[in-house]
Amino acid sequence: MFYREAGDFKTSYQEDSQTFPIKFDRYRYYAVLIAAFAVVPFLINDYWVNAVFLPFLIYSIAAIGLNILVGYCGQVSLGTGGFMAVGAYACYKLMTGFPEVSILIHVILAGGITAAVCVLFGLPSLRIKGFYLAVATLAAQFFLVWLFNRVSWFYNYSASGQITAPETQVLGHAVTGPETAPWAAYLFCLVFTVACALLARNLTRGMAGRKWMAIRDMDIAAEIIGVNPLKAKLSAFAISGFFVGISGALFFAVYLGAVEVGEAFGINKSFLVLFMVIIGGLGSIFGSFAGAAFLVLLPVLLKNVLVGGLGWPTDLAAHLEFIIVGGLIIVFLIAEPHGLAQLWRVAKEKLRLWPFPH
Amino acid sequence: MKDMDADGYTTADGRRIGSVVMEMKNITLRFGGVVAIKDISFDIREGEIRAIIGPNGAGKSSMLNVISGFYNPQEGEVWYKGQKRPPMKPYQVARQGIARTFQNIALFDGMSVLDNIMTGRIRQMNAGLLAQAIWKGKAEAEETENREAVEKIIDFLEIQHIRKTPVGRLPYGLKKRVELARALAAEPSILLLDEPMAGMNVEEKEDMSRFILDVNDEFGTTIALIEHDMGVVMDLSDRVVVMDYGKKIGDGTPDEVRSNQAVIDAYLGVAHD
Repeated sequence: MFYREAGDFKTSYQEDSQTFPIKFDRYRYYAVLIAAFAVVPFLINDYWVNAVFLPFLIYSIAAIGLNILVGYCGQVSLGTGGFMAVGAYACYKLMTGFPEVSILIHVILAGGITAAVCVLFGLPSLRIKGFYLAVATLAAQFFLVWLFNRVSWFYNYSASGQITAPETQVLGHAVTGPETAPWAAYLFCLVFTVACALLARNLTRGMAGRKWMAIRDMDIAAEIIGVNPLKAKLSAFAISGFFVGISGALFFAVYLGAVEVGEAFGINKSFLVLFMVIIGGLGSIFGSFAGAAFLVLLPVLLKNVLVGGLGWPTDLAAHLEFIIVGGLIIVFLIAEPHGLAQLWRVAKEKLRLWPFPH
Repeated sequence: MKDMDADGYTTADGRRIGSVVMEMKNITLRFGGVVAIKDISFDIREGEIRAIIGPNGAGKSSMLNVISGFYNPQEGEVWYKGQKRPPMKPYQVARQGIARTFQNIALFDGMSVLDNIMTGRIRQMNAGLLAQAIWKGKAEAEETENREAVEKIIDFLEIQHIRKTPVGRLPYGLKKRVELARALAAEPSILLLDEPMAGMNVEEKEDMSRFILDVNDEFGTTIALIEHDMGVVMDLSDRVVVMDYGKKIGDGTPDEVRSNQAVIDAYLGVAHD
């Protein structure tokens, strides 16, 4: 029952190319899924859902999306906040425009709209690379936030300039609006997170992922062996935008409920998601989860320890939290530049040989 | 070379070479004022091993880049399989069945050997994004089918043991072999090899030579190669083009080239005793 390949024979190529080729890994994954769907909803309360689970699940989707673009395809983007805003506003317009349609469809459509916008802002990537592309996507960030602030059609001419999610239901249970039960919001996001992770994993282990990675590792060679750089890059922008849009829609509709664009989807958000991807591990789906968990859970943990455990004043704890999290990020990147996913990989390789490493 | 005609010829070792697959007609390539290739014509025939040799800076790699669509020549025509080829992007040329390796290895370092070689199958895999995302139907079937084809090449080049290793960790000689495998995976009609033996020791050169001959023999692949090791070139190739300062100074069987005075002066030199 340990983590190893011995005795775990593969007799077909399908078995060999599956997501978790090692039996122990596979069972662990099923166990986590069962726990997440069948156990956690009965245990959690409002605090856990809003402080821990919802942000973790939603940021995981955003991190997966950005990881496809940055980690797999090598195109740096600083526009994540803006693209999340596109998802949020698209979802808002759909919810208020077509209230009779299910929110599930709204969220997916919001992802689709964001994908289209993302492709549009991805067009410069055909000409420019690296830092210069990062600056071009930064322009997207500022432009989109400005757009949603200034054009009142996007927030239905409301006086406050905010958008507020109306109540919607799935299978008779409210998932947005003030009446939402914590477990319903949690399950709603969980479904999207699991589905997005599965889709992303399938894309990255197949030909699409290979094309993206080929462009990332050596774009000239990729083109010479037959990868169409235009299609590969724009498809990465589209897929990335789809996931980021879904996360933006959930962030607005389920998590916050009411949103002011500059505050919720500013440049800070872009950096936060980028940090998640870098700390978690570029080019790894697991890394996206790890990075999101790290940056969502660590502040919560610190606050609980400092305020709850040691009884320090809240403001002092809040500032210390910045210092500690910032310091940890630096230490972490020096110790393991390839992120948490790499640590995990190394640990697994060691485990595979344990207890006889020679 | 016997009975050379439109249909082909028979090599010294008795292999039958077919008709022309690729013909370069009066190619001229300029970079600003520098003329890299000047009015060169030659052809590549089906099933043969064609070498391009010449001193450094003669324009050999530029020639290969013209064939693989990386450069578009200012003058001249490229005829491929009996049709004039319009100016194309490199990936379009690749999809027509021309694969190549590079002088400095151009593998995808972050990917495993298997993924690198699978990328070479791009021509054979065209399931849509949605099918791939769901990993059912065409996408899954395609993945398995092509994996089988790739495993044959892995067997052929004897790299089974490094299948799952990230390419970045491999030593130089193996990297060269993986690059050959990636090019072969495309099942190309013409395989271009840019200095396949550069920087190898004698043993690795022997291995590589054997692989090149085997590829030609078993898959019938047409091969065009650039190489500096004269022993290797003269042993492997059926016909040789010699270039110097962008011009063609010789073309023929290794024996013909070896006794060509212009080639001796420009490149081969004479033994001093």
